[in-house]
Amino acid sequence: MTRPALNRGPSAFNIASLALGLGFIYLPIAILVIWSFNASKLVTVWGGFSTRWYASAFQNDQLMDAAWVTLRIGVFSATTATVLGVLAAIALAKVGGFRGRTLFSSMVYSPLVMPEVILGLSLLLLFVAVGFERGFWTVALAHATFTLSYVTVAVHARLVTFDKVLEEAARDLGCPPWRAFLTVTLPNIAPAVVAGWMLAFTLSLDDLVVASFTSGPGATTLPMRIYSQVRLGVSPEINAVCTLLIAAVAAGVLIWSLANRWQSRREAVATKPYAGA
Amino acid sequence: MSGRDGDTAARRGGGRRAALGGIRDPFAPWAAPGAEPLVRFESVVKRYGAQTAVDGVSLDIYPGEFFALLGPSGCGKTTLMRLLAGFETPDEGRVLLSGEDLAGRPPHKRPVNMMFQSYALFPHLSVADNIAFGLKQEGMGKAERDVRVEEMLALVKLEDFARRKPAQLSGGQKQRVALARALAKRPSMLLLDEPLAALDKKLREETQFELMRIQQALGTTFLMVTHDQEEAMVLADRIGVMQAGRIVQVGRPMEVYEAPASRYVADFLGDVNLFEAQVASVEAPHARLTAEEAPGGFRVVDEDCPAPGATVWLAVRPEKLRLSLDAPAGNPENTLAGTVWDIAYTGDWTNFIIALPNGRHIRAAQANANRRVARPIGCDDTVWVCFDPDAGVVLTQ
Repeated sequence: MTRPALNRGPSAFNIASLALGLGFIYLPIAILVIWSFNASKLVTVWGGFSTRWYASAFQNDQLMDAAWVTLRIGVFSATTATVLGVLAAIALAKVGGFRGRTLFSSMVYSPLVMPEVILGLSLLLLFVAVGFERGFWTVALAHATFTLSYVTVAVHARLVTFDKVLEEAARDLGCPPWRAFLTVTLPNIAPAVVAGWMLAFTLSLDDLVVASFTSGPGATTLPMRIYSQVRLGVSPEINAVCTLLIAAVAAGVLIWSLANRWQSRREAVATKPYAGA
Repeated sequence: MSGRDGDTAARRGGGRRAALGGIRDPFAPWAAPGAEPLVRFESVVKRYGAQTAVDGVSLDIYPGEFFALLGPSGCGKTTLMRLLAGFETPDEGRVLLSGEDLAGRPPHKRPVNMMFQSYALFPHLSVADNIAFGLKQEGMGKAERDVRVEEMLALVKLEDFARRKPAQLSGGQKQRVALARALAKRPSMLLLDEPLAALDKKLREETQFELMRIQQALGTTFLMVTHDQEEAMVLADRIGVMQAGRIVQVGRPMEVYEAPASRYVADFLGDVNLFEAQVASVEAPHARLTAEEAPGGFRVVDEDCPAPGATVWLAVRPEKLRLSLDAPAGNPENTLAGTVWDIAYTGDWTNFIIALPNGRHIRAAQANANRRVARPIGCDDTVWVCFDPDAGVVLTQ
C-alpha cells in the first residue's frame, strides 16, 4: 500500500525557504557573535580567536555601569509591571465583568500597538510637566508602564482558562477571598506570572527608544550606551557586550517558553482522564 | 404553591388506604412532633436581571435527612443551593440555619460545605492536602489534622492514594476525594451539586450506595441537587420537585411518584399516560370519570376528587397498565382498545407503545416475569389495555 503524500518529509523547496528565512534573521547576529571573538582590533579583519574583548568590556566602567543600571531597571520595572499586570488581569477576567471593562481593557492593551516614540515622548512630557527629575526612576516607571500590558496579556490568558470554581471551593472550605486567591489561584497561575515577569524583564533590557526619552544624567542604560558608542565607530568591545545581551535575552525567552511548556504539560495532565491506577 | 403543599398530596395519597409505594420506612424527622428544621428557606426570591431564578421558595430541611432538589436545568435548584452556601444573596426572604438568619455571612463563615459538580479539587495539592485544606483554614493542629485526614481517607476507601495529585486519579476517585474534602470539616450540612453526573452508569450505581452508606454512617444532613430522577429516588429521603423557580411538590420518593401533585410532576418523574376526563359522579372513596378515549369510562379511588362536571386528568403509569389479546365482554370500565405500534424489549421489562383509535400513543410496560409466553404480543396486534381503580391518580392541574 502506498503511503499518502502528506506523510512525506519536507520538500527541497520547504528546506530552502526555511534556510533562507532563518539566515535572513540570524546571519547578522551570528556575524556579530563571531566577530566578538576576534583577536584583532580592526572590526573587518579576522585576527584569530580571542576573548580579550570580553575581558576589556568587563573593565570598561562606563559599560559596566550601564549594564548595572539596566539590570536594576529591568528587575524593578518587571516586578512592578507583574504586580500591576496581575491585578489588571484579575479585573479583566472577573466573571460577569464590570462597567467600562471594554474601555479598561483597550486602555491596558494599547501600549502593545502604540509606537514607542509616541509612548516615550508622552512620558517625557508627563515627567517634565509634573517636575519629576529624570533619571533611574523615570526610566524604570516608563518601562513598567509599557511592559505591564504584556504581563496582563500573559496572565489574563491563563486566568480565563482557570476554573473559578476552585476559588469558590476554597472559600467554601473557610478561606476569605484574598486568602483563596493566594493559596489556590496564585499557585495555579504561577507559570503565567513567571512568564510575564520574564517577558517584562527582557523587554526592559533591550528597550532603547523609551529609555532615551525618559532617561536623565547618570541613568544611561546599556542599549543607550551601545548606541552612542556605535556612532563613534564600532568597537570590538561593543560586539562582546552585544553577544552577552543576546545571551541574556535568549535565556529569558528560553525560560519563558519553558515556563509555558511546564504550564501546558500541567494542563495536559490535568485534563487526562485517567493516569494509571 | 409552597413546599408544604406536598404534605397534602401525601395525605391524599396515604389516607386510610394501603400505604403508597409498598415500602415501610420509619425514618421521618420532618413528621416528628416538635421537630426543628436545620435549614429553613422563607419565601426566598432571587433574580438575575429580569429573570427570576428562585421565585418565592419556602422549604424546611430536617437534621439527618437526605434531601434532593429535583428539576430540569434552569429551574433554580442550583441557585437555591448556592444561596445556602453563601455564593448568592437572596433578593427577598430569609435563609435560616439552625434558626439563625444567614444574611450577610460570607461562604467561609458558614458551617455548610459543598461538593462541586466538577469536584473542584485543587490541582496543585495532593489528595491528603486537598482533604486537609479546610481543616488548615480552621487552624486545626497538624497532629489532629493528620488523624482526621486518615479517617476521611478510610471513609472513602482511598488510603493508598493520599500522596497522589488529582490529575492521577480516575473520575470515581476524584469524586470520593471531593466528598472527603467536603466532609472533613464535619459540616452541619453537606451540599452536593449533581454529585454523580460526571460518572458513567455502572460507577454511578455503585457510588449511589456508597453515598447512602456514608450519609448514614455520619448522620450528616445532605442536600443534593440533581436533574436525574432515578438518582433522587434512590438516594433521597425526601424530594423537592422544582419547576421554574418554585417548589411544586415535596415528599418521599414514593409519594412524589405514586401521588404526584400535578401533571408536571407526574411527567417529570418517570413515564406517565395522561387522559383528559370529566368527573361524572363521586361516591367516596370512588369516583367515576367519562373520557373520550375510554368507552367504558374510568372508575378510580380518589377521596379528593372534584365535584361532578369538573375537567380533570387521569394519570396512569405504564407499569400499572395490563395488556390482553382477548376482547373483554361488554364495555368494561378502565379499559381501552388500541393497536401495538412499537415494542422495546429491555430484558427485565418490555415497553409497548400503543396507538389509540384517535391516533394518540400511550405507553405500557410489562415485567418479564416468565421466560416463555404462550401468546406473545407483536406489532400491529389489537390489544386491550386495562388497569385497576387504584392505579390511576386524578390530577386537577
